[in-house]
Amino acid sequence: MGEFIMKNGMILAIESSCDETAAAIIRNGKEIVSNVVASQIESHKRFGGVVPEIASRHHVEQITMVIEEALAQANLKPADLDAVAVTEGPGLVGALLIGINAAKAFAFANNLPIVGVHHIAGHIYANALVQPMEFPLLALVVSGGHTELVYMKEHGSFEVIGETRDDAAGEAYDKVARVLNLPYPGGPRIDQLAHEGEEAVPFPRVWLEEDSYDFSFSGLKSAVINYKHNMDQRGEQISPTAVAKGFQESVVEVLTAKTLRAAREYQVKQVIAAGGVAANRGLRTSLEAVFNEEGIPFFVPPLKLCTDNAAMIGAAAMPMFEAGMRGNLMMNGRPGMELKSWV
Amino acid sequence: MIWLGIETANTPLSVAVVKDGKVVAEMVQNIKLTHSAGAMPAIEEILARVGLKPNDLDAIAVSEGPGSYTGVRIGVTLAKTLAWTLQKPLVGVSSLQALAANVVLYNGMICPVFDARRGNVYTAVYQGMALEAIVDDYHAHIDDLLERLKALEVPILFVGTDVDIFWENIVEVLGDQAVRAPFSFDLPRATEVIRVATKKELPNVEATHYFVPQYKRIAEAEANWLKEQKEKQHE
Repeated sequence: MGEFIMKNGMILAIESSCDETAAAIIRNGKEIVSNVVASQIESHKRFGGVVPEIASRHHVEQITMVIEEALAQANLKPADLDAVAVTEGPGLVGALLIGINAAKAFAFANNLPIVGVHHIAGHIYANALVQPMEFPLLALVVSGGHTELVYMKEHGSFEVIGETRDDAAGEAYDKVARVLNLPYPGGPRIDQLAHEGEEAVPFPRVWLEEDSYDFSFSGLKSAVINYKHNMDQRGEQISPTAVAKGFQESVVEVLTAKTLRAAREYQVKQVIAAGGVAANRGLRTSLEAVFNEEGIPFFVPPLKLCTDNAAMIGAAAMPMFEAGMRGNLMMNGRPGMELKSWV
Repeated sequence: MIWLGIETANTPLSVAVVKDGKVVAEMVQNIKLTHSAGAMPAIEEILARVGLKPNDLDAIAVSEGPGSYTGVRIGVTLAKTLAWTLQKPLVGVSSLQALAANVVLYNGMICPVFDARRGNVYTAVYQGMALEAIVDDYHAHIDDLLERLKALEVPILFVGTDVDIFWENIVEVLGDQAVRAPFSFDLPRATEVIRVATKKELPNVEATHYFVPQYKRIAEAEANWLKEQKEKQHE
């Protein structure tokens, strides 16, 4: 383990940090050779959210089949690979452990080096699968578990300049969806309802301190809950489309304004959005509009690279591999792993 | 025929290599080290010590549970991935039966016990050298187990480190019927996992993908969900 020279630039990547069991093969950090995702959404729906123990059980059931499928679709044998990459954290620890232990066993059996990748680095590097990343770069990472503004001076350099102080944006979406009695996962449904809405219920925007790039969504979530509660007490019907539209407008306006201000201050050459909520139409349209006007190239990966997948882990692993980063067989799941620079 | 055995179902960790019916090496430990950090390095080390490459293995035996959910999953994930990528057969063995197998040359009733918290245990009753299941592996409150054992009206040999947690309770109910195995039998061992596995038929390698842990208990969220569904039906 620990070779620095690649034969084919082929990395097998594995991701199991939440409720998707995923494996992919990525060539030279930018070409998707195969990308397999086994989603558990159907199983978690009945609980209204991801149940960690159930997620872990499904990962064990799926993991070898998913890896085999990734190899089969790529028409490759283990001997054709140069390295194994796996999500080391953050995420659900029991879920992370399945991908990590499968990756270690596979790497050991096939005498391959292993690279442990940060899940958020993966989301950001999903963009490298679409077009080359240009630095300095600003990434807005928005998902069920994360809302972060990350400044990148160069490959492998991460500075978290803003993050949520309470709920992640995606978490707020899921909670508001529950208030509206929408099925899990609620984010895409709210996005759709917001588009159908004509009227918007006015909800507050939380800006925090004037110069802060941090976010807060729990107040907005409470405002929606209170609004529903007050309407119920008065015996009035709420309009789900107006609530969805008002809620989404608040989230999108704050995310867009802070991203724009950061992009200006840091004079970045590229702005990228990443994570499950980056697939949101309302957010995408808003960011595209402001950065188009600002003249800063803005990119967001296609849907299947925004939601959790292993291709993004393979994309992030390539520059790590080239920088000499190696994991070992003691690798453990790191549920609270911090995003650290490797340069 | 070269076997690799893996046991991580509870806190103890054990790995072993058995060749043509002879133990080549075995490692057993009972320390507070997570299996994710400890198990794969232990496999690497034992193979290195006996001078084998992963591909020299002919079959893999793993303790399939019950036990700690995470512990069982780590052993099964390692075993499943190794067996699949090396294209070698994978045999699962009950973690309780493997522990009972420690008590060799004993013809009575053996009761292996793993703590499942809140007064619950994973347990079973195996009889004698054939390790025939008198009570199948199950998750139960200790009181339920003791009631069943009392009804058997024969001496019961208890084995496992977790027996000590319940020993007072056990003696109170069973009195002289309860016998405590010597401490040196208490840790599950990968050689016993392999010994029990050798009595089973080797599955074909395609079966590996479908190999799953034997939790002997549904997840709490699922239990609650099923209860809710039942209540809804009654309404």
